[in-house]
Amino acid sequence: MLEEVLFAGFGGQGILSSGMLLAYAAMAEGLHVAWVPSYGPEMRGGTANCGVTVSDLPISSPLVAEPTTLIAMNRPSLDRFEGDVVPGGLVLYNASLIDREVLRTDVRVLAVKANEEAERLGSVRVATNVMLGAFLAITGAASLRSAAEALQKVLPPHRHSLIPANERALEAGARIASRISSKLGLWGPGIGSVQP
Amino acid sequence: MAVSRRRTEGLTDKPFHYCPGCTHGIIHRLVAEALVELGVLGLAVGICPVGCAVFAYDYFNCDMIQAAHGRAPAVATGVKRVLPDRVVFTYQGDGDLAAIGTAEIIHAASRGENITVIFVNNAVFGMTGGQMAPTTLLGQKTTTTPFGRRVADAGFPLRVAEMLAAVEGPAYIARVAVSSPKNILRAKRAVRRAFEIQLQGLGFALVEVLSTCPTNWGLSPPEAMRWLEEKMIPVFPLGEFKVPEEEEQC
Amino acid sequence: MDKVLMEGNAAFGEGAVRAGCRFFFGYPITPQSELPHYLARRMPEVGGVYLQAESEVAAINMVYGAAAAGARVMTASSSPGISLMQEGISYIAGAELPAVIVNIMRGGPGLGNIAPSQSDYFQVVKGGGHGDYRLLVLAPSSVQEIIDLMAVAFELADKYRNPTMVVGDGVLGQMMEPVELGPMPDLVLPAKAWATTGTAGRNTRNIVNSLYIQPEELEKVNLRLQAKYSQMAKEEKRWEEYRLDDAALVLLAFGMVARIAKAAVDKLRAAGIPAGLIRPITLYPFPDIPVTQAAERAKAFLVVEMNAGQMVEDVRLALCGQRPVHFYGRTGGVLTSVAEVTGAAKEIWEVIE
Repeated sequence: MLEEVLFAGFGGQGILSSGMLLAYAAMAEGLHVAWVPSYGPEMRGGTANCGVTVSDLPISSPLVAEPTTLIAMNRPSLDRFEGDVVPGGLVLYNASLIDREVLRTDVRVLAVKANEEAERLGSVRVATNVMLGAFLAITGAASLRSAAEALQKVLPPHRHSLIPANERALEAGARIASRISSKLGLWGPGIGSVQP
Repeated sequence: MAVSRRRTEGLTDKPFHYCPGCTHGIIHRLVAEALVELGVLGLAVGICPVGCAVFAYDYFNCDMIQAAHGRAPAVATGVKRVLPDRVVFTYQGDGDLAAIGTAEIIHAASRGENITVIFVNNAVFGMTGGQMAPTTLLGQKTTTTPFGRRVADAGFPLRVAEMLAAVEGPAYIARVAVSSPKNILRAKRAVRRAFEIQLQGLGFALVEVLSTCPTNWGLSPPEAMRWLEEKMIPVFPLGEFKVPEEEEQC
Repeated sequence: MDKVLMEGNAAFGEGAVRAGCRFFFGYPITPQSELPHYLARRMPEVGGVYLQAESEVAAINMVYGAAAAGARVMTASSSPGISLMQEGISYIAGAELPAVIVNIMRGGPGLGNIAPSQSDYFQVVKGGGHGDYRLLVLAPSSVQEIIDLMAVAFELADKYRNPTMVVGDGVLGQMMEPVELGPMPDLVLPAKAWATTGTAGRNTRNIVNSLYIQPEELEKVNLRLQAKYSQMAKEEKRWEEYRLDDAALVLLAFGMVARIAKAAVDKLRAAGIPAGLIRPITLYPFPDIPVTQAAERAKAFLVVEMNAGQMVEDVRLALCGQRPVHFYGRTGGVLTSVAEVTGAAKEIWEVIE
């Protein structure tokens, strides 16, 4: 198993901590992990990215240049990274803030209105974890339970009051992904696409 | 023949290399005597500069470190943080402390680093051949101010004691001279005071010592003493510029 | 054993603490800032001292003083700050003091940028400051290895009474990986009879000094230093080999780039090209042993660096023209990628075949 996940959005969307949450969750399950914050030209312009590698083998390069999954939380992120995703990879994008469809036809796509979902759960700040929940449900890279438990470590103590909202976000994302998956028979071998 | 005066055990037997009439020897002795009288010679770690006193590690009879030019206060900081119960002092000239080492001395003072600084001001770079120092007087001729120091070219002499007294951190700042027996006795009291302050844990203490350089001033030793008193002291007035707070109240 | 996810820069700090270092003197500079942030909290917990100096120049001289006083001490900086420290590093080498310096290298020359780079290789390996001296130089390539090599760095510094530099880059410094910390080691630090701690209780004066005014006397010191560097070269070369046994195309890379190169080796193997990797862990002494050994089977070498070609010179020196040595590098803080390295290697291979 090798998942190279690129989380991308703008500062304040919790991009870095959602990535960290995945890293902690997978580490707790005995997997090799690496978390690398954005580096290079893409760190300009208020964008925030991080690459998370999860593998059952030791990780050679921790740099996510060709992601197996792109989690795009805003339009510039989708514009910039859509082309980098490996063929057959996965694009999860935030349909609340992205007003176009994915152009690639060789990747699996799931659009989630993550901001609306997060607001419904009490805070727009948990939107990226809605996406992480969907990602975990689709790929099984780590369990929801491990991710929920890792919230204790990722969130600083003064933010622990937000743990319940984050747990609900992970669950909501997983539910959305499973519902679509069971309905359309997606996410198995082959290409699927669910866009608004 | 009976020996009436011995060299203090605070100094080694090695003969000084200083020029005739140079007062480094007197200042070395004052520092060494203070360490012996306070009973802390065995606890002392001295840091010597780059300049005429670069070989001071051969003379002070205690553990010594030779530091890069101007950095003695930083080196002393490193030693004192590791060994807070030792007596740490730097011995620096005016090029070392007042030119290249201004940042280190100001910040050691500002941190209130619990060290003692002996600052020897003879208004000239001695070792490198008599060039202008930050403390060179206006009108004073040096090898790099052959027509005399002019404000337009080289600005003003830097008054280190006054400058550091304006910083909050130091506990004790004084300026003394070694130009006469009376002044030497005062200088000795100030040096001893500066070590006592460290032993009491009160913080940064600096004694600026006005000193002679007959060789580079182009004067005989007696003339140099007179020049110090007549020319330097008016620009660099003697006295205590900062003393620990409780004493101020007395 | 339980693993914790740790950031590289923090690992430099924790590794130092676990190696018995209780004194840190430094001046802020990106991209190593998380290291002082970590130690500013951590040092007080272990009864140590964290002090923010007024400059890198002051910081390295504080290190000089603390090392002279017998402590395990470190500083950290990034390229321009390391340049500022060079005089002090030369003094530390000249006075034969043990100290550890971390350099999280960034793009240069000049102010350059804060992006990852390896362009200080010459500076750290060939000297940097004035005079004939050498640093021991270690180059970790993972967060766990940072922890492990910080312990080695302090041991080697004490063993040789020599400054040791540990180099990384902004990616290594800011990435997070799992590390096994285990319980705090119960260290017995070596006695330092030479330290300037005050003469009380001993008959001799200790003097820490690098001034020898008589040329013959200074030459003796230099010969002693050179003998020490020879011993380092004999005893301290470290490296990692990856799929090297039957490699006909041998890649060399250190630090973060070595991980990219390792992934490239796998891609090349998958494409039927017998590639392998030598990852120098010590940059000084340079591990020439695996290079000359690999040359027996290898048809060509490819050195990959995040600079304009620096370590490649040591590879060429080791091979003395025996085999062609190629270079691929990116500069200015641009990260190279697995695809780029694989492409460069394939081009070389096509010419060979």
